[in-house]
Amino acid sequence: MELFSLGVRSIFIENMIFAYFLGMCSFLAVSKKVKTASGLGMAVVFVQTITVPLNWLLLEFVLKEGALSWLSPAFATVDLSFLQFIMFIATIAALVQLVEMVIEKFSPALYGSLGIFLPLIAVNCAILGGSLFMVQKEYDFAESVVYGFSSGLGWMFAIVALAAVREKLKYSNVPAGLRGLGITFLITGLMAIAFMSFMGISI
Amino acid sequence: MSVGTVDKPDVKKAAEPLLSKRRKKLVTDPLNDDNPITVQVLGICSALAVTVQLEPTMVMGVAVTLVVVFSNVIISLLRNLIPNRVRIIVQLAVIATLVTLVSEVLKAYYFNMYKMLSVFVGLIITNCILMGRLEAFAMGNKPYDSMLDGLGSGLGYTWIILSVAFFRELLGSGSLFGYPVFEAMGIQNFPTNGLMVTSVGAFIILGLIVWVQRTLTGYVEH
Repeated sequence: MELFSLGVRSIFIENMIFAYFLGMCSFLAVSKKVKTASGLGMAVVFVQTITVPLNWLLLEFVLKEGALSWLSPAFATVDLSFLQFIMFIATIAALVQLVEMVIEKFSPALYGSLGIFLPLIAVNCAILGGSLFMVQKEYDFAESVVYGFSSGLGWMFAIVALAAVREKLKYSNVPAGLRGLGITFLITGLMAIAFMSFMGISI
Repeated sequence: MSVGTVDKPDVKKAAEPLLSKRRKKLVTDPLNDDNPITVQVLGICSALAVTVQLEPTMVMGVAVTLVVVFSNVIISLLRNLIPNRVRIIVQLAVIATLVTLVSEVLKAYYFNMYKMLSVFVGLIITNCILMGRLEAFAMGNKPYDSMLDGLGSGLGYTWIILSVAFFRELLGSGSLFGYPVFEAMGIQNFPTNGLMVTSVGAFIILGLIVWVQRTLTGYVEH
């Protein structure tokens, strides 16, 4: 029940986009069509679900103070947490590369639909942000799995919803200077207001 | 992009003045016509998240400018040594190292600010401005030019986030740099707008800034 509540909270209330502005670059760039948006969204959910628990393991067994004591008791005072950023980004980049190769090998159809988005994800701040939030909020392993999956899912909802709005927007007459980026920001602002209504929910 | 083929043998050419017209353009272009946020649409994530108040915004702007300048110089020095296939990971390693330095310095000397910015210091790594400048400029240009280019992009980023933060702090909290301006002007009980403190304010203010700026420069997206 705790985990379910965490899931709902990270999808709707602490939504990656509307509450923390993470992954905005691809959110704005790839939200012109619903189809491509949901492709990218699925890739994010996928990578996020794997990287957050993986980085949790890395933190717990390598980086934290005393985390290396499973190797030898002499390492009990070693604190490598300053290496956090480099290790996390390396894990993400390597994993994205690996996932890309595995998918290409075993499921060419899925690769065809996700393929081009996978490399983009390595520099998506939602992914690194998910791992950093996991550290900050001190989740345990089960929580980090749930958090990874549901924050990715929240991101996907947001980008698909925006893409749907933008598809309709093509038929309206927007002032010249506001076209493209400007109007997208205003729409996202309005959507964020709508998402605020989830704020009071607690399960 | 292509490594090693960029340097033309320009030995005989007279040395370019330290601040020639072309070099000035490197710095001034990203401030307005080619702004990283409003025109190139890069680095939005952090631009919105830290702009509730002016002070953290200022720190963030300085941090990003430092990181983009130094990573541009380092990558530009290394540009002929980096194999093309692994360049992304090399760039990420350089950026991540610099960001770690910034974050450790903040933690040591400016702990409150470090707490306030929380994960967003780390997220400078995935700020697209950095990767964008490294890929598009530093991989093919000399260190000094790359430094100026980084400085221009950093400043362009900083002034946009500062102006977003100016409106958000003024309308959301009724203060500037934590100083209550409305009370100082004799206006008591200025009705602050709670929406400006939340993410909604950031989206709307940035949308309006983009509108104004694009109307002035005449840039239209299709």
